[in-house]
Amino acid sequence: MSLSGLFVQALNGLAAASTLFLLASGLSLIFGVTRIVNFAHGSLYMLGAYVAWSLTDRLQGVFGFWFAIFASAATIGVVGMLIELTILRRIYRAPELFQLLATFALTLVIKDATLAMWGAEDLLGPRAPGLAGAITILGRRVPQYDLALIASGPLVLIALQLLLTRTRWGVLVRAATQDREMVAALGVNQAVLFTSVFALGAALAGLGGALQLPREPAGLSMDMTAIGDAFVVVVVGGMGSIPGAFVAALLIAEVKALCIALGDWQTPLGFVVAFPKFTLVAEFAVMAIVLILRPWGLMGRPDVAIRPQATTSAQLAPPGRGYDLAYLVLGAVLLTVPLLVETRSYTLVFGIDVFVAILFAASLHFLMGPGGMHSFGHAAYFGLGAYAAALCAKALNLPMWSALLAAPVGGFIGAVVFGWFCVRLSGVYLAMLTLAFSQIVWSIVYQWDGLTGGSNGIVGVWPTSIFSSKAAYYCLTLIVCGGATFVLRRILFAPFGYAMRAARDSVTRSAAIGLDVRRIQWIAFAIAGAFAGLAGGLFAFSKGSISPETLGVGRSIDGLVMVLLGGVDTLTGPIVGASVFLFLQDQIARHVEYWRAMLGLFILALVLAFPAGIVGTIRQWTFRR
Amino acid sequence: MTAPLLKVSGLEAFYGAAQILFSVEFELAPGEVVALMGRNGAGKTTTLESIMGLVDRRSGSVDFRGHELIGLRTYEIARLGLGFVPEDRRIFTDLTVIENLEVGRRNPSDAAQEPWTPDRLFSLFPNLAEARDRSAGRMSGGEQQMLTIARTLMGNPLAILLDEPSEGIAPIIVDQMIDMIAELKKSGVAILVSEQNLPFAATVADRAYVLDHGQIKYSGAIASLLNDEEVRRTYLEL
Repeated sequence: MSLSGLFVQALNGLAAASTLFLLASGLSLIFGVTRIVNFAHGSLYMLGAYVAWSLTDRLQGVFGFWFAIFASAATIGVVGMLIELTILRRIYRAPELFQLLATFALTLVIKDATLAMWGAEDLLGPRAPGLAGAITILGRRVPQYDLALIASGPLVLIALQLLLTRTRWGVLVRAATQDREMVAALGVNQAVLFTSVFALGAALAGLGGALQLPREPAGLSMDMTAIGDAFVVVVVGGMGSIPGAFVAALLIAEVKALCIALGDWQTPLGFVVAFPKFTLVAEFAVMAIVLILRPWGLMGRPDVAIRPQATTSAQLAPPGRGYDLAYLVLGAVLLTVPLLVETRSYTLVFGIDVFVAILFAASLHFLMGPGGMHSFGHAAYFGLGAYAAALCAKALNLPMWSALLAAPVGGFIGAVVFGWFCVRLSGVYLAMLTLAFSQIVWSIVYQWDGLTGGSNGIVGVWPTSIFSSKAAYYCLTLIVCGGATFVLRRILFAPFGYAMRAARDSVTRSAAIGLDVRRIQWIAFAIAGAFAGLAGGLFAFSKGSISPETLGVGRSIDGLVMVLLGGVDTLTGPIVGASVFLFLQDQIARHVEYWRAMLGLFILALVLAFPAGIVGTIRQWTFRR
Repeated sequence: MTAPLLKVSGLEAFYGAAQILFSVEFELAPGEVVALMGRNGAGKTTTLESIMGLVDRRSGSVDFRGHELIGLRTYEIARLGLGFVPEDRRIFTDLTVIENLEVGRRNPSDAAQEPWTPDRLFSLFPNLAEARDRSAGRMSGGEQQMLTIARTLMGNPLAILLDEPSEGIAPIIVDQMIDMIAELKKSGVAILVSEQNLPFAATVADRAYVLDHGQIKYSGAIASLLNDEEVRRTYLEL
């Protein structure tokens, strides 16, 4: 690798850093003031690129092009404003996970709206007029547009800093970032402040997307990659810090660029290290390292605490005899289903999916509800279990029983390793670290062709002959998942469960009565990981094949939606939530073309109808009376 | 006595399911300094926060200049000319002193008022003038206490709710605080000051109310409270 090659990659990194910064600064600003983690930020970025495609298509010339870019940003600003006014405004007092759910629902709606308006094909944008050429630096050709993009990051940083320090609006924003209530007590109408901040953040995301158009085509997958990158940058920089976001964007973009520049490296030991393959992992590795060294990010403040979970959680009463009996009866009834339907009935396949989802949701609920740790990457443990089982069955040719035993072990090991780091953090930072670890696992699985089959995954993972019929496998999953969910529930009312809930409600008070909080949380992580792994193992044998999607972000989010739908503070929550979610997904997906938007609108309606969570809202009603 | 500026009647307040205030009643006349006395946990801070709309739930009536405050949002209450100085100061530590004042700036609700400006406040609080462009987080406790009061004054309030101003600051600052309250009273601002410290309250206030377990147990001139040993022993002294 030559010096000039390194230089060109470094420039490339700077251009990428500008886009990342535009994306992350808006996210950080919004979080700072409204305390909402805006999952839809990547969707606004994507929308910016699509709007810019339509506008640049109509407006020609240098002036037309740049007018189109800024008009796109303004359009997205207006979209952001409408979102804030119609949806977010109603849920500022809701638990933060519900806010996250609402913004996630928005991503679904925006994605389908984009699909409906622009179609599924990637749309190639024009080159920037006047900047279409390249200049030669150190014998290498560097696109002029990249240089313009490089300049845009620092320019926006300076503009934002001036806005935040030199205007009354900016001073109010900074004050509200620190203490919203006090700002209100001084006579400032927060609603106006929130709306304007959200509009500005959205416009920045839109600008980022629009500016990206001459470099890459507008596509429907831009939203998820963008939101992942933006989260990482914001967390590394420190939630709410604009300069932090800038530094983090540079750091991450340059680390990625360096990986590409290094190329394949022939180690003295003989094997080849392919650095370009690390680009997917690099940003999450940087994030993991930063969070371990500085849990509040490079330039964040340790006191940016998310509202304590304790204020929203209800007490759990131990289930009585009747409850256990009802659970058993329900299980027995479900066990008779195979007698009533055809052997290859879809009902059985659906039933298996539901049971697996219930166990997955129950394990996530265990961690999130009573454990108080919000995992955004729970699919990692599910997937590790699935891959452990599939590899035992296929690579080692072990029987299904031992492969199914390997599944919880796989989830357990992953949770022990990642959990050790995660329990050192709390709140949003913990959630982001879990997401980072799951992305690392996903990248490794995706790129390690030799072991995991890469993007093709592992195929031909079928149960042994006794369980080869759907009916038999249905009964197996029912018994295993039902039993495991029951065990998880019992743990909640064992001394460990009480200790775990004490640790959630108050770290200091628990420590004062002699509980080792980190150890308890670590064990909780390991337990949840093992059960998620078991669900993954059952999943692998039910489908016959697994792919990296098994442990992708999508599955983590599905899990979150299931748990939140059912209610974090209820015991039956995960069971009801998983069943309802799968039923809805199945029904909507089969009958409606734009099923994602339908699902999103359904979730939004739910969140708006029950702004304090289903359980919380019911409690408020009874309390008012 | 002239018509009250602030009239609280039947005020009840709740945090979650817990009721903190029970039918609290009191009045504050224009230009008057009234002390709200009581021990820790008596409900003094909750009373002030209820007036400002900062509690979970409240009921009863809070009348300020003919406006009913129950049902209004915090910022609307502040805009009517009611200033709030919290006990724990809550200054914006990331902002400079002058920026903290900027957050509080509002035009006077009464045109006849001479508006507060940073310069006018700096003559009242000389320490702040020197720290003008310093980050507020780097100031001493006493200076921060001065800054919160100055910040609230920037809103040109007609009445101020001052929560435990003498709490946790040096005696010399307490003396300055006494002078400052006298100065404000002269300028016509009404002040409701919550206090545990009877000598301090006796120096600044005209009248006093005593709160205990969320109920008003005594009301009268501050001088009679000083002479009423039984009330003092039952509700104030430790």
